[in-house]
Amino acid sequence: MNDVLPNRPSDGGAFLPRDRAWHPRALTPDYKTTVLRSPRQPLISFSNTLSEMTGPVFGHALIGPLDNDLIHNFARPGEAAQGPRIIVHGRVLDEQARPVPGALIEFWQANAAGRYRHKQDDYLAPLDPNFGGCGRTLSGEDGRYAFRTIKPGPYPWPNRTNDWRPSHIHFSIFGSGFAQRLITQMYFEGDPLIPHCPILGSLTDPRAIEQLIAPLDLAATIPMDSIAYKFDIVLRGRRSTPFENRLEGN
Amino acid sequence: MPQALDRLSETPSQTAGPYVHIGLMPNFVGIGGVYGADLGGSLLTDRTRGERISIAGRVLDGAEEPVRDCVIELWQADSRGLYQGPSEPRGAADPAFAGWGRAAADPHTGIYRFETIKPGPVPFPDGRLQAPHVSLWIVARGINIGLHTRMYFSDEQAANAADPLLLRIGNAARIATLIGQRTGNVLSFDVRLQGADETVFFDS
Repeated sequence: MNDVLPNRPSDGGAFLPRDRAWHPRALTPDYKTTVLRSPRQPLISFSNTLSEMTGPVFGHALIGPLDNDLIHNFARPGEAAQGPRIIVHGRVLDEQARPVPGALIEFWQANAAGRYRHKQDDYLAPLDPNFGGCGRTLSGEDGRYAFRTIKPGPYPWPNRTNDWRPSHIHFSIFGSGFAQRLITQMYFEGDPLIPHCPILGSLTDPRAIEQLIAPLDLAATIPMDSIAYKFDIVLRGRRSTPFENRLEGN
Repeated sequence: MPQALDRLSETPSQTAGPYVHIGLMPNFVGIGGVYGADLGGSLLTDRTRGERISIAGRVLDGAEEPVRDCVIELWQADSRGLYQGPSEPRGAADPAFAGWGRAAADPHTGIYRFETIKPGPVPFPDGRLQAPHVSLWIVARGINIGLHTRMYFSDEQAANAADPLLLRIGNAARIATLIGQRTGNVLSFDVRLQGADETVFFDS
């Protein structure tokens, strides 16, 4: 193809650099699987190009009516998943504290007994026939999102001789650019397993660990129905000073 | 004390874990009925413009074992070099091309596969053209933060030799880790997480 298109800077702008020291390092040997799966060469750093500033967009047509209800989206008609009923809600923001609308959030988790619906999971806790363990939603214009689920149980895992994961929900988030792509885990306030977890221990700054712990949000509970936890998610922000996006030489 | 910057910190990454498919590709692991189809399973329709290609390979760990539990996401421009979505300032991309796809490694062989089209060139911020490439993002158990790399095309030697990002890497042996080897319409691209031929990963 020879019809090369003219180059104009994106209105979206480049993303703020990622603070790699805030994130876990690739190699964290107490989480043993990282030893063979962590790159050893330095990352090659470069400013965003359009390949990183752009990203897929997902619309409301994607989202089914039960996608944000893990209590019912795998359950047989008239039945429900077992376990403590919870609501998880919060906002998707960027580093400039602006709401990120239309962010696709996917979540997955173990059931109330700490068992995943996955053939690799052989923990002796029972499967719940009414719980699949996945859901998704889009953030609103104000960045807000919410979903309904059951509180996942803690579970043991093969790492050191006696490692247990604190209760957690996995989150996958798309912003507006591929460079914002993020997967993380949400933990629950007060979980006594949190200080013992080598996956959380991959974070070196205690404030980074705290950022992943959702507090009980009593005001958002539904009386006689569901308890609530608040979990805000922060994605990389785009540069916004008036001096951005100038081509070199301009 | 100077003023506060009033910026928030990005939410820290955590590993996608061994059960990532439950969340991203539930049908792939037998959790049917929640979503009609797994998201990102198809980039193309019959009307997609461009040259059909397949990209296939394995992600290998430091012991040369395939990472059989990984999930890979692909993001690329259409055949004219335009990205889907509102962050693309130069015009509308081919409406029949998703631009984004998601694939799981085969749980037995570790092979991943994308059916897509060859992308057109996309400009670098200084106006030079980048060689055609696809962006890849890899997550799995034991990967604490998603790994960002690119695949370039072995049949684009002249464009690769002038690519601003590849020129920055400089080292020919490291550049070679980013070149998918083309045979017919199949691009073979293995990703090595460690070792002498460790793939180049990016921070952008």
